[in-house]
Amino acid sequence: MSRRLAHVDRVGIEERAAALGARSIKTTAKQQGIRLAVSMLDLTTLEGADTAGKVRQLCAKAVCPAPTMPEIPSVAAICVYSAMVAVARAALAGTGVATASVATGFPAGQVSLEAKLRDTEDAVAAGAEEIDMVISREAFLAGDDARVMREIERIKEACGDAHLKVILETAELGSYEHVRHASMLAMEAGADFIKTSTGKASAGATPGVCLVMLEAIRDHAWRTGRIVGFKAAGGVSTSKAALHRLVLVKETLGDEWLTPERLRIGASSVLNDLLMQYAKTQDGRYGRGEDFSIE
Amino acid sequence: MTRIPVRKTYKLWIGGAFVRSESGRSDLVGEVNLPRASRKDVRDAMAAARRASGPWAARTAYNRGQILYRAAEAVESRRAQLTAVLDGGADADAELDAAIDVLVHYAGWTDKLAPVLGGINPVAAPFLSFTLPEPTGVVGVIAPDEPSLLGLVAEVAPALAAGNAVVAILSETRPHAGLDLAEALGVSDLPGGVINLLSGRRRELALALGGHRDLNAIVDASGDHELGTELDRLAAETIKRASHHPGAVSYEQATDDALERLTAVTELKTAWHPVGA
Repeated sequence: MSRRLAHVDRVGIEERAAALGARSIKTTAKQQGIRLAVSMLDLTTLEGADTAGKVRQLCAKAVCPAPTMPEIPSVAAICVYSAMVAVARAALAGTGVATASVATGFPAGQVSLEAKLRDTEDAVAAGAEEIDMVISREAFLAGDDARVMREIERIKEACGDAHLKVILETAELGSYEHVRHASMLAMEAGADFIKTSTGKASAGATPGVCLVMLEAIRDHAWRTGRIVGFKAAGGVSTSKAALHRLVLVKETLGDEWLTPERLRIGASSVLNDLLMQYAKTQDGRYGRGEDFSIE
Repeated sequence: MTRIPVRKTYKLWIGGAFVRSESGRSDLVGEVNLPRASRKDVRDAMAAARRASGPWAARTAYNRGQILYRAAEAVESRRAQLTAVLDGGADADAELDAAIDVLVHYAGWTDKLAPVLGGINPVAAPFLSFTLPEPTGVVGVIAPDEPSLLGLVAEVAPALAAGNAVVAILSETRPHAGLDLAEALGVSDLPGGVINLLSGRRRELALALGGHRDLNAIVDASGDHELGTELDRLAAETIKRASHHPGAVSYEQATDDALERLTAVTELKTAWHPVGA
């Protein structure tokens, strides 16, 4: 099967994304940006070694990331495998922090549609309020757009009230044209959020990929009036990278997207760097890693 | 045809790479360009040293000794250039000899530190109590003005031998030999980031380094009493070790108190192990 793709100006995209990263964000603007970034975090643990104890520990950190800096808000959500959803949900009850679960044979998605639906239903039944699904890259790369969309539609149904974030895994799609096309497919099929990566691939939310997806969201909103959120995940490990993503969103979609309802940053290690940078703006001293808990 | 001479442009040595100051600043002194590092360069060097410190400490003491010995070889092979930078003459030759010998001396210390400082402690209870020396982590060095090469090596070599990573601020007035040393060490086996050399305004850089919470110890051989007092205050505020002494002017001065220099950048870990009553 072949498809016609809208052209994406690769050089233009990368230049613009890089230029928006050169902005100097200091003092109170930096503090504000860091607090905003923390409030949008999907604090994630997706390891074979995840235990109930580790997830509970992470939940405590999600609710109160820095006990000595009370102005730092809670993160937006905790993101875990479906087997850990019940644990996270119990630990987060009444805190306002949402429970998200990856599903659909994450991260490769190489299982049957029945298995993906069952995985999703399990997570929702265990209390997940947000589902992070992966698209079938195997179908996408074979040119079978209809199957990609049908799967997303079926999983959206299985989600019920839960929000659906659709992971494109852009590192495996090949080009910006394909990233834009996959974004459009996911949005047409009913995604509430589109998300860059699983965090398990060779590359993640590079500035260029983020910009292409954000422009797709903008164009989709202009055309249909439907608001779709964006989640940057994979490779956002420093405060600088996180603030860069916020600038990209602000300059592409505007201030109304700078809220946890429409923008998320999926990460684990970035939280400590955000806290360390925030502490620096307060006491003027550059920090050390061991100042903050690992989980 | 008249030829236009190519001017030497020295670089900072950060994370195993020769880089210009992030600030773009440099000073033209005589016929050479000297980089003038910024506080941001200090932070970059700190980050590079922190990344390098774990793997460096994890190498066997024997391997660290080999690498330091090889560093001495690299300096020896650059003798002509280094003596020229040190203004030639018999004094320069003697200083270079001493600097190389100091490196060899501390290369020999790497695998002797554990038996000398550590061991099994006799205790009056049915426990096995033993002590192990461990590197302090990342050590900041403020090098003296005179002698600019030997004075630097005498501070850096013990810190490296004990398994630390180093961020060193070179002499403000005579940084040439230190910058040239970087070009010799750059072709030795020292892993990138284990030693970082910065030139610039000493006070500006030393205070940025001393106030960085990720630095674990600072060794000040600047001989600047006022600066030393400020570094002590910063060290107390950010919980790090600080020591001060005048720059070594001979091989003997750099090595007679070797154990003292080594323990200033070493921590002792003691463990009690129940072996049954």
